[in-house]
Amino acid sequence: MSTILKVDDLVKNFGGLTAVSDVSMTLNDDELVALIGPNGAGKTTLFNLLTGVITPSSGAISFRGPKGTVTLNGKKAYQIANLGLARTFQNIRLFKDLTVLDNVLVAMTSQYKEGLLSTLFRLPSYYKKEAKIAKEATELLAIFDLQESVDVLAKNLPYGIQRRLEIVRALAMKPQILFLDEPAAGMNPEETADLTRLIKKVQREFHITVVLIEHDMSLVMNLAERIYVLDHGAMLAQGTPTEIKQNPAVIKAYLGEEVS
Amino acid sequence: MEASTLQTFFQQLINGLSLGSIYALLALGYTMVYGIIKLINFAHGDIYMLGAFWGYYVINFWHFNFLFALLSAMLVGAVAGVIIEYFAYRPLRHAPRITALITAIGVSFLLENGMSYLYGSTPRDFPQIIEPVNYHVFGVLISNIQILILVTACLLMVILQVIIKKTKMGKAMRAVSVDPDAAELVGINLNRTISFTFALGSSMAGAAGVLIGLYYNSIDPLMGMTPGIKAFVAAVVGGIGSVPGASIGGFLIGLLETLVQSVGLSAYKDAAVYFVLIVILLVLPAGIFGKNIKEKV
Amino acid sequence: MTILKANFKYNVSWLIIMVAGFYLMNTLMLMGIIDSFIENMLVVIGINIILATGLNLVIGFAGQFSLGHAGFMAIGAYATAIITTNSATAGGFYTSIVVGVIIAIIAAIIVGVPTLRLRGDYLAIATMGAAEIIRIIINNLQITNGPSGMFNIPQFATWPVVYIMVCVTTILIANFVRSRAGRAIKSVREDEIAAESAGINTTNWKLAAFVFGAATAAIAGSLDASYLQTIAPTNFGIMESISILIIVVLGGVGSLTGSVVAAVVLGILDTALQNFGTLRMVIYAAALILIMIFKPTGLLGSHELSFKHLFSGTKRKGRVRS
Repeated sequence: MSTILKVDDLVKNFGGLTAVSDVSMTLNDDELVALIGPNGAGKTTLFNLLTGVITPSSGAISFRGPKGTVTLNGKKAYQIANLGLARTFQNIRLFKDLTVLDNVLVAMTSQYKEGLLSTLFRLPSYYKKEAKIAKEATELLAIFDLQESVDVLAKNLPYGIQRRLEIVRALAMKPQILFLDEPAAGMNPEETADLTRLIKKVQREFHITVVLIEHDMSLVMNLAERIYVLDHGAMLAQGTPTEIKQNPAVIKAYLGEEVS
Repeated sequence: MEASTLQTFFQQLINGLSLGSIYALLALGYTMVYGIIKLINFAHGDIYMLGAFWGYYVINFWHFNFLFALLSAMLVGAVAGVIIEYFAYRPLRHAPRITALITAIGVSFLLENGMSYLYGSTPRDFPQIIEPVNYHVFGVLISNIQILILVTACLLMVILQVIIKKTKMGKAMRAVSVDPDAAELVGINLNRTISFTFALGSSMAGAAGVLIGLYYNSIDPLMGMTPGIKAFVAAVVGGIGSVPGASIGGFLIGLLETLVQSVGLSAYKDAAVYFVLIVILLVLPAGIFGKNIKEKV
Repeated sequence: MTILKANFKYNVSWLIIMVAGFYLMNTLMLMGIIDSFIENMLVVIGINIILATGLNLVIGFAGQFSLGHAGFMAIGAYATAIITTNSATAGGFYTSIVVGVIIAIIAAIIVGVPTLRLRGDYLAIATMGAAEIIRIIINNLQITNGPSGMFNIPQFATWPVVYIMVCVTTILIANFVRSRAGRAIKSVREDEIAAESAGINTTNWKLAAFVFGAATAAIAGSLDASYLQTIAPTNFGIMESISILIIVVLGGVGSLTGSVVAAVVLGILDTALQNFGTLRMVIYAAALILIMIFKPTGLLGSHELSFKHLFSGTKRKGRVRS
């Protein structure tokens, strides 16, 4: 197991407020890590920093990509995404008025070229490219039982399926790390069980690192190999699920919140 | 030499402030309406035209004095604003915003061309109800009309600010502009508040119409088009939704125009206004007093 | 190969319609049913189709509210006016279109790079300002003959030329919209943050749509100058940008078919109201308000005419599998 992402002393200030202070963490190849903490602990902010949605005030993020180790500081969100860090959002952000297939195809944009002339004048090479990439996307959708819905507009999907599609869209980027921001939020127990199976499946079939923010402790304890605990913007603890369960600092932080 | 440059400067300052106060009065209406229903009320400049025409008629035919002409024009502006909102904008409150914008453009066309149809499109001389007197103060030429415009405009802006800050209706307006749904939940009557906002903003435009009639002596059905767009630019520069911003923006645009004109570049005065607009938006994307709200992820 | 064959069928259908449309119009002209008055209307409709589909690409597909379309149209118009006045040949005319497009692209990049980071109404007002600056510059140049405009521009943009240009630009825009590029710009419209996180360089794609729209506006301007033979800076003001916007919204934001339909409807309405004098604009304004109130998403919403759907029995998008 080797390190794929290394975060050193990451800080984010919003005006006078420190949302993330001196956070350091490492992610290894092919592992499932959970990021937990009370509401307002800075979990989503940390995700936003790692995926380039916001820029850190200080600190370093280095990523071991296919072309060697690169620093992610100062890179734009789309560059980070194309390097292999994909994510989902706490409040689902699908392309609502696009079809399920198009949602996935958008995420594959950087994986193929159609050429301006070929596109504008509909040369045979355009149709071949379109067919090939659509086939690839449909195959991916089929893995997650979405092949029947390719032509459905994303906004017309049921809530649980929308969450699933968002994960598929992220996977379509062929990421090395997948960040899932509260994937079980708003789900009923049955849907949560489905989701747990789904995340396991993703890990098993795609061999990628998965990081998830989650409040559902049964899901976290069930899935995570390692857990990071964030509180008031600082890293409170880290360890295996068993270690975290017995950590007094963690119990204190969660008291009156959600006792697992 | 030194003294004359200073004189020219003050002369332009006076001219710029007079023009700017008209823009400011108009900008207030744009900013209030935009603040509350996020609509660029394209017809606002035409309410100013209506105010000017009303002033023209009541002074010529009913022999109103300045104060009554001004107050009745404000009333007419307010009524026109409320009627327009009721018939054209209210049915579209939940429609795509661009639809409401096109409707506003349609209302503007209707007022401009309706007035042209009814009264002809040739410019008319606005009755000189107040005998123009020019004062020379340290070599700077100031007319009593300029003073009147400035004082009236500033007075109206202060009154407006008091209404918004101190009255119950003003509080309701501010609440609706922050969150209409929440405002409704705490018992604010949405329709009445929006009507009131239109009435208030449109009355300012009506007043501006009479004042500009006095200042430029000439009115016509299309007179609202260009000042309307300039005033909207002023509102954006000041930070749309902000009442002090609209006033500052109005004066700024007025001063800028006179400044560019005074250095002999009058052909480029509009270009200068738009250039400053773009630069300000690039530095302050929500204008001078606007709050830049970042999307939460 | 079957994919090619299926698509061949759709493409041939479109081609037949376009050629048939041309021959129908041509025959009616030869028979004298379409007189020069109606021909003039058809040309104006054609130019408006080019302008509206181009603006719809920017507003409806990329989701960027631009109010500066007339500025780019002015660039094309003046390029053609200046070049064909000096070299009154067909070669000169087509060169002038290319020159207009190139200058419009450069202008769109200069305007777009700083302003496209603005959102919504702020972008609209900034692009409107930029277009006004272009117009005011033209108004003050020697080569453009200042405020009085240019006259006696040689007429190369005859009805067939305009018809072919309408077909070509519409095909190019439709093909752009339904491709990798189209999906990317639509994702920007839907959700900029999600698009960035899906690896889309939103800045570049917004600019691509904006530049493409500007290029087609320049073509429309070239045709306009060459057909009308007279242009002046006042023709390319804010009101022109607004009237293009009206076509887009009336037809349906995000529907190219809608833009075509709205351009035709408004063109016919405009011609039918010719005899009403001043009342014409009053009726037009009232019609606009009523259509918007009773059909807020425009005549066609976001629907498109598609042979693919016609042939496969109009598959409705709504089936949900859970």
